Amino acid sequence: MKAAIIVFPGSNCDRDVRVALENNLGIKPRMIWHKETELSFVDLVVLPGGFSYGDYLRAGCMAANSPVMREVVEKANKGVPILGICNGFQILCESELLPGALLRNAGLNFVCRDVYLKVTNDRAIFTKGYGLNEVIRLPIAHHDGNYFADEKILKKLEDENKIAFRYCSEDGELTNDANPNGSAKHIAGILNNKENVLGMMPHPERLAEPALGGTDGQVLFETIAKILGN
Amino acid sequence: MKVHVHITLKKGVLDPQGKAIANALISQGFSGINDVRQGKFLELNLDEMEVQAAHDLVDKMCTKLLANVVIEDYRIDLDI
Repeated sequence: MKAAIIVFPGSNCDRDVRVALENNLGIKPRMIWHKETELSFVDLVVLPGGFSYGDYLRAGCMAANSPVMREVVEKANKGVPILGICNGFQILCESELLPGALLRNAGLNFVCRDVYLKVTNDRAIFTKGYGLNEVIRLPIAHHDGNYFADEKILKKLEDENKIAFRYCSEDGELTNDANPNGSAKHIAGILNNKENVLGMMPHPERLAEPALGGTDGQVLFETIAKILGN
Repeated sequence: MKVHVHITLKKGVLDPQGKAIANALISQGFSGINDVRQGKFLELNLDEMEVQAAHDLVDKMCTKLLANVVIEDYRIDLDI
C-alpha cells in the first residue's frame, strides 16, 4: 500500500506519524508538501497534527484552502481512507469533509495529557481492531478541541453511529470530569457517512509502540495495514 | 474602498474567552456586565465599486473563508 502524509507549514507531528506507519505498516510513506497536487498514487492519506499556518484565522482554515486539499477531498469522495489527527481533524472540519467545528477548549487551557476513550464504532477501517465500548488510552495535546455541531448533526452522528471515540473515565463512564475540553457528546473523533474519513483529536501515533509507553494507538495503524495490505 | 467585517460566535455557541473577559472585568471592579462576546474584526481595502457589488463580494468571502458559518455570524459594514 502507498500512504501519503500531508505536510503543511506548521505541521509538527508529520514525522511521528511517519515512524508509526513505517513501524506498523512496514511501508515508506511519501511526505507531500502542501503545494503539491499529485496524489493519484495513494491509498491512505494522513493529515498530521501541528499548527498549520500558525492557526491563522481559525485552526485548520488556511490548510483547508491549500492546493493539496482539493486532491484530498477528491480522494475522500472516491472512498480512499483519510485520517486526520488533531490539527488534521480541524482541517477535515474546515474542508467540510466532516461536519461541525472545533472550538477553543472550554477551560481555555492547552491540554496536554493522556485521556481515556471509549470506542463507539468498531466497523470502520480505522476502528475495526478495537472492541465495541473498549476503553483505550491516548494522549491529547490541543487548545482547540472542543467539538461543536448543532443538535441535528449531533443526533445524526449518534443515530448513525459515526462517533468513533468519546472521552470517558478509566472505567468507561462519560463523566464531565473525563471530558477534557467541553466537547459536545464527549466527542473525541468522528467518521464521515462512508466511514472512510476519520478525524480525531487524540494522537494514536504517540502511543504506537511499547517504547513510547503504550500500544493503544498501534492497533489503529495495524488494522489499516491488515485491511489495505502491506 | 474600505469594508469592515465583524465576526462573532453564534448565539448558543459557548464563548469561554468572552466569559473569562467578563469575569476579569468584574474582578477589576466594573459592574453591570451581563455578557461579553469576543470576536474578530477585519478591515478590507478593495477597489472602488458599487456598494451592492461590494456587499455581495464580501458576503461571498465571508461564507467561503472569513467566517465559519457553522459556528460564527458575520456583519459587513460598508458605510465607513
